[in-house]
Amino acid sequence: MTNFLQYILAGISIGSIYALIAIGYTMVYGILRLINFAHGDIFMMAAYFMIFAMVDFMIPWYISMFIMIIATIVLGVLIEKIAYKPLRTAPRMSIMISAIGVSYLLQNLATYLFSALPKQYPSIPILNTTVHFGEASTSLVTILTPIICVGCVFGLLALVKYTKVGMAMRAVSKDFETAQLMGIQINNIISLTFVIGCGLAAVGSILYFTPRPSVFPLAGSLPGLKCFVAAVFGGIGSIPGAVVGGFVVGMCETFMKAVGLSEFSDVFTFVLLIIVLMFRPTGLFGEKMAEKV
Amino acid sequence: MLKIENVHVYYGGIHALRGINMDVEDGAIISLIGANGAGKSTTLKSIMSLVNKTEGTITFNGKDITKMGTRDIVKEGIVLCPEGRRVFPDLTVAENLIMGSYLRKDKEGIKKDTEWVYELFPRMKEREWQLAGTLSGGEQQMLAVGRALMAKPKLLMLDEPSLGLAPLVIKDIFSIIKQIRESGVNVLLIEQNAKAALEISDFAYVMETGVVTMSGKGKDLLNDERVQKAYLGE
Repeated sequence: MTNFLQYILAGISIGSIYALIAIGYTMVYGILRLINFAHGDIFMMAAYFMIFAMVDFMIPWYISMFIMIIATIVLGVLIEKIAYKPLRTAPRMSIMISAIGVSYLLQNLATYLFSALPKQYPSIPILNTTVHFGEASTSLVTILTPIICVGCVFGLLALVKYTKVGMAMRAVSKDFETAQLMGIQINNIISLTFVIGCGLAAVGSILYFTPRPSVFPLAGSLPGLKCFVAAVFGGIGSIPGAVVGGFVVGMCETFMKAVGLSEFSDVFTFVLLIIVLMFRPTGLFGEKMAEKV
Repeated sequence: MLKIENVHVYYGGIHALRGINMDVEDGAIISLIGANGAGKSTTLKSIMSLVNKTEGTITFNGKDITKMGTRDIVKEGIVLCPEGRRVFPDLTVAENLIMGSYLRKDKEGIKKDTEWVYELFPRMKEREWQLAGTLSGGEQQMLAVGRALMAKPKLLMLDEPSLGLAPLVIKDIFSIIKQIRESGVNVLLIEQNAKAALEISDFAYVMETGVVTMSGKGKDLLNDERVQKAYLGE
């Protein structure tokens, strides 16, 4: 029973991190119809930014956190401006190939700059405090993760639903040209999408790497792919879908490990992708293809 | 108020506009008629800077807007209600109207104009919270016109507002265009339905393959033999 509770906690925790990252995939897809394959690597770079700030510059963790989030956002927006914006009118395949290119570029850049050797992720003392729940015990970060995640998701949903800029995001995601005719600046809205997606990935990276020993240049690629699966499972383009998808993938993975099938937990995630693509390609909350014209 | 001089537009190798000249006067409904592919929509898009002009100048109330971006042109008071309605399907009716007023900051004015739009189109008031994608074609067209009005245009450009609508609905739309004109908004209208357009227009231009071939008072063109033959099917 205690173990069960512990697995549930772990599942919820990793699930909410996946949810934060999956939102980045789903929002960029919603606006640009692009799978941003570099998203997982942006998440990895965020971890290196944190190491830089805390270890190399000895900045206290609460300030480092802000610096790291800003740096990640700047990186994401720059990638959009340099690698995606010039291809806006190009066929969709070109921009996707560009995204794959950016992904490899970031991995290799990280290898070149920080070496392929794993680097220790700086520990944030408060987050590692142990908390007891009856007989189950866990670190504070495991408890905080879902709370932070839920807070971010509700904030984001409110932004998209109730603010003018959120409406503009929804308008742009449907129809670039007409949105322009309203006086909306498409490029600003797209940048904003990258700001939100990368900001959430940065928050996710703190929560993901804190309980893990080290960071290495490929550390973002597997979590990135899993979150992509989560986004597809929930219905790519839908924010609530990405959240549900993130939790499902996180939970399944944790329980696979719990029953002693650790080595298959990643396999399972991709089997899930294949099943979704076969039986319900639009995902749980995905938009239907047919629209009244 | 709007002056178009020698505008050329190319789509790849296709020379879509071959030196358009038009002069839209203040206080009138002006219509632009012509067959499919004559360049009517392209003319409006080139005014809005949605397509690139290779040559020519466009001035609005004496101000050169040739090189302005779409956003600044909307700010100047030119608003295009695009062909095929193009409402935002998963925004509600109310949200679509808010998008129309995107660049405005005057809360009072926006509120007043929303009421005005609901007065023009009572059906929109009833469906305020409905997603625009669930409206019928005619309702979507009304919403598209209402949304364009929310930007407080000095010149409202309507691209084929009657496209694909039932005759009764078309009648409604045209009577509302007249009401809009009476409220002091200038209207530039594109229509396939040449007869209906010429009847309510003060002035009209006829386009053929990228050039303006004829222009004159609406009533004169209505009686013109060439126009009757080509567009009115008489």
